[in-house]
Amino acid sequence: MDILSLFVVLPVLVIIALIFTKGLKQARQIAMVGSIIQLGMAINLLFAYLKEQSINDSIFVFTRDIVWFEEFNIHYNIGVDGISVALILLTSIIVLAGVFISWKTYDLPKEFFVSLLVLATGVYGFFISIDLFTMFLFYEIAVIPMYLLIGIWGSGPKEYSAMKLTLMLMGASALLLVGILGIYFNSNADGGPLTFSILEIAQVNIPFEAQKLFFPLIFIGFAVLGALFPFHTWSPDGHASAPTAVSMLHAGVLMKLGGYGVFRVAMFLLPQGAMEWSWFFIILSATGVIYGAFAAIRQTDLKYINAYSSVSHLGLVLFALLMLNKTAWNGAILQSLSHGFMTALFFALIGMIYTRTNTRDITKLGGLLKVIPFISVIYVIAGLASLGLPGFSGFVAEMNIFVGAFQNEDMFHRVVTIISVSAIVVTAVYILRVVGIMLMGPVKNESYLSLPQATWYETTGVLLLLLPIVGIGVAPLWLSDMILKSLQPFLQGVL
Amino acid sequence: MELSSFFLMRHEMVLLAIALILIIAEILIPKQKKSSAVHLAIFLFGIHTALGFFPLEESSLFGGMFRTNSLIHFFKNVLNIGVFILLLQSADWIQEKIVKLNRGTEFFILLFFSLLGMYFMISAGDFLMFYIGMELSTIPVAALAAFELVKRSSSEAGIKLILSAAMASGISLFGISMLYATSGSIYFHDIIEVITSNNLTILGFVLFFAGLAFKISLVPFHFWTADVYEGAPISVASYLSVISKGAAVFILMILMFTVLKPLMEVWENMIYVIALATMFVGNLFALRQQNMKRFLAFSSIAQAGFILLGLITGTQLGTASVVYFVMIYIFSNLAAFGVVQAISLKTGKENIDDYNGLYRTNPKLSLIMLLALFSLAGIPPVAGFFGKFFLYTAAASEGYYLLVFLAVVNVTISLYYYLLVVRAMFLRTNENPIPFFNNKLYMRLGLGITVIGIMVLGLYSPLYDYIYELSAVFNQ
Repeated sequence: MDILSLFVVLPVLVIIALIFTKGLKQARQIAMVGSIIQLGMAINLLFAYLKEQSINDSIFVFTRDIVWFEEFNIHYNIGVDGISVALILLTSIIVLAGVFISWKTYDLPKEFFVSLLVLATGVYGFFISIDLFTMFLFYEIAVIPMYLLIGIWGSGPKEYSAMKLTLMLMGASALLLVGILGIYFNSNADGGPLTFSILEIAQVNIPFEAQKLFFPLIFIGFAVLGALFPFHTWSPDGHASAPTAVSMLHAGVLMKLGGYGVFRVAMFLLPQGAMEWSWFFIILSATGVIYGAFAAIRQTDLKYINAYSSVSHLGLVLFALLMLNKTAWNGAILQSLSHGFMTALFFALIGMIYTRTNTRDITKLGGLLKVIPFISVIYVIAGLASLGLPGFSGFVAEMNIFVGAFQNEDMFHRVVTIISVSAIVVTAVYILRVVGIMLMGPVKNESYLSLPQATWYETTGVLLLLLPIVGIGVAPLWLSDMILKSLQPFLQGVL
Repeated sequence: MELSSFFLMRHEMVLLAIALILIIAEILIPKQKKSSAVHLAIFLFGIHTALGFFPLEESSLFGGMFRTNSLIHFFKNVLNIGVFILLLQSADWIQEKIVKLNRGTEFFILLFFSLLGMYFMISAGDFLMFYIGMELSTIPVAALAAFELVKRSSSEAGIKLILSAAMASGISLFGISMLYATSGSIYFHDIIEVITSNNLTILGFVLFFAGLAFKISLVPFHFWTADVYEGAPISVASYLSVISKGAAVFILMILMFTVLKPLMEVWENMIYVIALATMFVGNLFALRQQNMKRFLAFSSIAQAGFILLGLITGTQLGTASVVYFVMIYIFSNLAAFGVVQAISLKTGKENIDDYNGLYRTNPKLSLIMLLALFSLAGIPPVAGFFGKFFLYTAAASEGYYLLVFLAVVNVTISLYYYLLVVRAMFLRTNENPIPFFNNKLYMRLGLGITVIGIMVLGLYSPLYDYIYELSAVFNQ
């Protein structure tokens, strides 16, 4: 068994183990042990990658290639580069934190952790795949458990939100599927065999007409998951109804699949299509950046605020990817990571506040800093990271994105960039507004005076997420070196 | 002709023998022991299914009226497995409801004769044999649909089926006579040589197609489907939706890819429109259904639309993908019908609302249903995903990107109503849920095999490659 396949096999083994458990206690212990092993594997992978990278010059390392469906030339083809290693690490941390945060899932605990791990399997599989078919397969595996996770354990209009989310994402995969088939049947343009392998297709000059036709399909197909305006509407409803751990995984990991897919498939395989269409999608994503930020100001539900803030932040990822240069792309990947940790942290904290006060309406909350200082302080830190304060991961990412975007010298790019930068100011407004209303000031409700402090599992979960945010912010260079090196082969198509 | 060449008809002869044995058994077994006939029938058919896997030569009989080759042989085995699962799933129903009326053996005899008709239909080498096979496969099913004599809706289903089937086969025969008029032969291998695209031939083809389209329940020949499925016993509805449909699709595909290939320019456009109409009508009507049987009826209409995606290609890839999909579809649909059957037998409940909170009382049945619905919807990693993906690939290989896109949009629509059932089972709670019950051995076996099929058939890739190799016979 190679080091990468384990990431798919282990969750499956944990799922099988979970099936035989009885009650919440056993289920959460198994899930925790499994997630800790995954985190260990991810850290091990990181070091193994750093070592391998210095001696191995290929784009993907630890590759493995097994023929699956011979007739279609479908392979089980896996491999990683610096970007996927970083995202795998992100996933494993958030999954572990999610298990801690769901420590008290009384309703159908076994099924909850099984669904959570199915989702994780899909995400890991997606990040290690370098074959379009397997990638698509894992993409759908990652999306479908969301229906049960939101529908069974959610709150509010959960049936509606779960259905909306599932149908929108599956509808997007319709576009994606056609796009993938389009690439597949053009992969013999240079006379070779038809193939789904990303590396082989990258060598082929896909005809310009086909690139122009299929780029928007693939881009939208993936970007719906990355909350591209105007296809973002599933995201706020979905987040608001989802249980805490699912919001964390969803915003922290699942939405990253969108940006990653755009980068890996749309940009890498259809570079000419990307150049042709970039102006159109830049407008859409910049609209998302601004719109998400302004929408967040108007919300009073904590989860909606963060969901719209995610729309804004992830819009920035797509925006950066469309800038088609190294600095911006580096920023996009960093932003993916930083937003992953940050949003997961936000949602974890919101979950904690909600379980204590039973409300997410900020106008009903107040003075929490005096009652539950630990949770409140972490909330302030997460907020500051989110608005891009130097010293946290958000600053590094956004700096790179805007510097990169400004490197495009024409009028259009510069104007759009300037408009998008203004979203940072708006971000500060909605973050500080929440902090002001919810955390500062007098305690509005007598019963809040006796709220319990954070428990050990909550503290662990939160600290797990906080460490990387500070880590990336203080020492970004080793990470961005790793990413920059991996970006190199992807740039050749567009420059 | 040597006597040994009759062994080419091994499937047919063994099945006929079983049916005859059952007739004798019906006479010999005393009245109070009639339920043992059920065990006998299942046992004999199990042996028949196993015997089917022995290799068979490739040849033809009676001057080309009857032919067999490796793909036909393979498909007969698929049908056998499907019928075997169906028998396991309906054994309890027969023992509890039908044996009391002293008609248990009858059910098996009729079912086996219908299956025999399908064998002849897919093995046909000329239109006469084809027509006889088609009739033989339809008429016993009409009797089966009316099997629950105490229920008026069952008789209604029977009469609806026989009347519309008679109409359809009449139209089909009319079409065949026109094809005969233009080509001067009813033998497929003669027709291939002389067929050209002229008006009378096209008219003949269209009429002939209508007859089979009725059996596959393609739009606009689908009106009988929902009523018959609702009224008929669940086993019979299940038989109609998987076995009968599968066999009809198979022979239609063979004929279109070989005999009627010169008319491809005509049927390409026709299939395109019918595929879209079938998918949209099936899916949109399924959205509002409350009764599980009607629900599965419209879902199976929509599935037939997807099958046409492979039919439109006229290539080896298309043949292989259709056979592969039909096989997976048989397993998935049988699993869904099996669960409906089990619940209906124990509680008499057949509405989606009755399934509310099913997971909390009957987790195993709910999970089987979940797998079956995901497979029907085409969600990985279960088999349905692979079946659908290869159908899309086959259609896209001929450049039908728009059709593929609309098909995948249809998958999204279908996902909505499949998720409605999932929602009822998993998300909803019920003050008066279906109580926990244990299934008997036969039902458990019947469901178990389908689950294994759904899990394994997709991931196990050599199977597809094998089917692809077999498909070469019809695509030279």
